[in-house]
Amino acid sequence: MKVTVDEDKCCGAGQCVLLAPEVFDQRDDDGIVVLLDAEPREPLQASVREAADVCPAAAIRLSTP
Amino acid sequence: MNQENLVPLRYPLSAKGALEPPAEWAELRERCPVARVRLPSGDEASLLTRYDDVKMVLSDPRCTRRLDAEDAARISESESGGVFNAPMATALYSAGQQRWRMMLTKWFTAKRVNALKPGIVAMTDRLVDEMIESGHPADIKARVGFPLPVWVICDLLGVPDTDRDRFARWSDMMLNLTRYGQTEIDAAEAEFGAYLTAHLDMKRADPGEDLLSSLLTATDADGAGLTDIQLVATGQALLVAGHETTANMIGKMLAMLLSERRRWERLVADPSLVRTAVEEALRFDANPGFGMPRYVEQNIEVAETLLPRGTTVVCSMAAANRDENTFAGADEMTLDRSPNPHLAFGSGPHSCLGQSLARTELQTVLEVLLRRLPTLELAVPAEELRRVEGLVVGGLRELPVRW
Repeated sequence: MKVTVDEDKCCGAGQCVLLAPEVFDQRDDDGIVVLLDAEPREPLQASVREAADVCPAAAIRLSTP
Repeated sequence: MNQENLVPLRYPLSAKGALEPPAEWAELRERCPVARVRLPSGDEASLLTRYDDVKMVLSDPRCTRRLDAEDAARISESESGGVFNAPMATALYSAGQQRWRMMLTKWFTAKRVNALKPGIVAMTDRLVDEMIESGHPADIKARVGFPLPVWVICDLLGVPDTDRDRFARWSDMMLNLTRYGQTEIDAAEAEFGAYLTAHLDMKRADPGEDLLSSLLTATDADGAGLTDIQLVATGQALLVAGHETTANMIGKMLAMLLSERRRWERLVADPSLVRTAVEEALRFDANPGFGMPRYVEQNIEVAETLLPRGTTVVCSMAAANRDENTFAGADEMTLDRSPNPHLAFGSGPHSCLGQSLARTELQTVLEVLLRRLPTLELAVPAEELRRVEGLVVGGLRELPVRW
């Protein structure tokens, strides 16, 4: 699984960080998403998929490398 | 088939039970996804009820919040048009919505909210202690649901505990478009504005660790700060946005879980379901209030219907959240539903700024009650629950419980 994030779309809701803190973080100064792990391994993939599905700004894209 | 209803429906739509959706939702989604409605002001708007349409309009930059435009529909009869076009909204609009939002977002990141969690747990435990002490039956909305979000916001704004009750009253008055008269609403706004102005002066002299203290000196990327009027409007906006919404949602969530007690029992047996149960309560809420109005700045097409420039649309997120095309078994409350891309907090760049905080408050209330009062149950039949009057935020008048 390959993860990309769109900082311009991100609205800082923080859902992804709550769901997958190993993969996503937010910048301290404006809350915009920070990708910690662009190729998360299997045990994390379900929560990453959920984060992408529920992101209110549709700022998380998943692809297969 | 669209806009086919020749006589506009009266909006808000009414429903039989306090927890039931209006009968029209299913029919509108199916046959009339862009429906003519008449608002309490008498003006007409177009109501959207399908998931895809609501989601698209909420994130479309051609649909704005410029509801004070000359030809925009007025929402209510009151002169100011209520919270959607109050001076507060105008002051924040002038600050530049996105710029203002960016200055605030850092206060509502997942990390910040997680850091607030122990404090929220302690406040909830204290409110539950006090409720238990007074004995049952108790109105858990008044005892827990209503005070908790005000306490949290007061903490965030650096407002002393002793002023929490005044904050709660102001918030209640400013959000009600029908329960209070315009003079009362104006008076509450003026009193609250004066309080915040004095509070800001105090913070300027003696800054704390709170949000307002930080905003007093904060600047955006261009080095511009907020004016005093914008700072007062910020305090007002956070109270209006964060209090009654969350307070009512706490009550409705508990009512949904207790009205069919096997739902509550399932959570008692497996508290790890709290997170998904909260999301499902947000999705399943059939009484969320008005919905989100938008002003169409350029012609757009929704559900194969042209919405001309100047149209006011009302997005019913709650109707969209029951759309079978997006949610399998949409009319069932499924406590472990995942993923749950509901629209209770809106969608797109304007989606709710405080959603992590709201989620944490809802999860905390549920966790604390499951731990402290697993025998909790409704003290009246669910059919006797009544909706609050008022227009913007939907909720229950009271929620009598025993344990």
